Amino acid sequence: MTQPMIEMRSIQKAFGSNEVLRDVDLAIDKGTSMVIIGGSGTGKSVMLKTILGLIPQDAGKIVVDGKDATAGDHDAFLARFGMLFQGGALFDSLPVWQNVAFRLLRGSLKRPRDEAREVAIEKLRRVGLKSDVADRLPAELSGGMQKRVGLARAIAAEPEIIFFDEPTTGLDPIMAGVINDLIREIVVEMGATAMTITHDMTSVRAIADNVAMLHGGKIRWSGPVSSLDASGDPYVEQFISGSAEGPIEAVR
Amino acid sequence: MTPTSALGIIGRTALGRLAALGRISRFAASAFSHMARPPFYPREFAVALLQVGWLSLPVVALTAIFTGGALALQIYAGGARFNAEAVVPQIVAIGMVRELGPVLVGLMIAARVTSSIAAEIATMKVTEQIDALVTLSTNPMKYLVAPRVLAALLTVPLLVGVGDIIGILGGYVVATETLDFNAAAYLKNTVDFLETRDIVSSLVKGAAFGTIAALMGCYYGMQSGRGAQGVGKATKGSVEAAAILLLAANFVLTGVFFSL
Repeated sequence: MTQPMIEMRSIQKAFGSNEVLRDVDLAIDKGTSMVIIGGSGTGKSVMLKTILGLIPQDAGKIVVDGKDATAGDHDAFLARFGMLFQGGALFDSLPVWQNVAFRLLRGSLKRPRDEAREVAIEKLRRVGLKSDVADRLPAELSGGMQKRVGLARAIAAEPEIIFFDEPTTGLDPIMAGVINDLIREIVVEMGATAMTITHDMTSVRAIADNVAMLHGGKIRWSGPVSSLDASGDPYVEQFISGSAEGPIEAVR
Repeated sequence: MTPTSALGIIGRTALGRLAALGRISRFAASAFSHMARPPFYPREFAVALLQVGWLSLPVVALTAIFTGGALALQIYAGGARFNAEAVVPQIVAIGMVRELGPVLVGLMIAARVTSSIAAEIATMKVTEQIDALVTLSTNPMKYLVAPRVLAALLTVPLLVGVGDIIGILGGYVVATETLDFNAAAYLKNTVDFLETRDIVSSLVKGAAFGTIAALMGCYYGMQSGRGAQGVGKATKGSVEAAAILLLAANFVLTGVFFSL
């Protein structure tokens, strides 16, 4: 049996009296794409941020590639990750190319400025943006273009693990389809391990190898995307059908 | 309200304030330690120098010149009550250099720089840019806080120096143009009266006020709550805290310089 790339063991996290994660157990195999589904406010983003150390867990252990995520050099640990944030999280004060090449302009992966710019332009092309976008500021771009720039930044340093937080939120169906296809292509092409958070079922079917549903602070169901429709779990069935009737309360 | 519950409220408030002071002190210590340890971000430092120092010059100059002019008029009018109009150059000089220059420049920096730093960092936090920095292996304390605090520590004393000179100049213009003072005698009296320790105290106050102003902007920005309301609250809180701490520090530093 191969060792999972990411393993969450009995992760717990509460904000005051609000227990967001209660014993979350999840394993993501190397080179696979895991999509986490679940309603708004169920702790999907918290789960992702605990892996990165942005939010410390109250209890439990996170293991990445066989090593405890909290042990060793945190910068070296983070250098293995790329992340696309829900709103893009582009740095307003920097032009697009410097956003994409951020990691290549400073720190341990620093390269000469011209080389970093070339890499940035190549990554922008990879996500379907022309080189004339490179010198514009993020505020001058549409939502879809900002998402693509965020995607280019996430893959610029060719990370082993990529996280996508609600990659299609706020986009029209066509642009959402473009982003989904890009994510799938990039993950396959790079052989990266991917973890995506979404409640968009079109994205789930386009991106996922495996799916896990988070509900009530626990992983309610997990399995290959091919068995999602025949999960037999009433929570999953209600979620994918989008019905107001079922065990998931419509008003939370 | 019973005396016990009133005491409880006072106790909880005092504990809350002390806890906040502790958090701010820890934040300041962390900022200073990051200033001294690599990696350094020269580009961010250069931008901060420009934002805090150079772009604050017009506000500082205008504040100082009007204050110096008004001070000359007030001292002349007040001095005339006991035939001491001649002390205008000396009192304008000492008033500007020891007190009004550093305090007014500090307050203008709190209004201009603290608010802008707090709003910028708070917006970055709300839009997950701070989280993005961390995921890009960049420590926000090093990248955002250390350059701004260092820039304020270095440039605000210079701004105070410029403010002192322009304030004295404002008094000089008013005194020579409207109060019939002799220009050469005014300048000689000013220069003769000022001592090195007056200038040193002015610059030391500038460094302290600049540090307080930048630290409060960064601290409140980093602690910001969610949404537009969080950004607004962080900005308001930063300016209030900077102004109060700055005036308290002025009182302490004035006491220290008096005792020397």
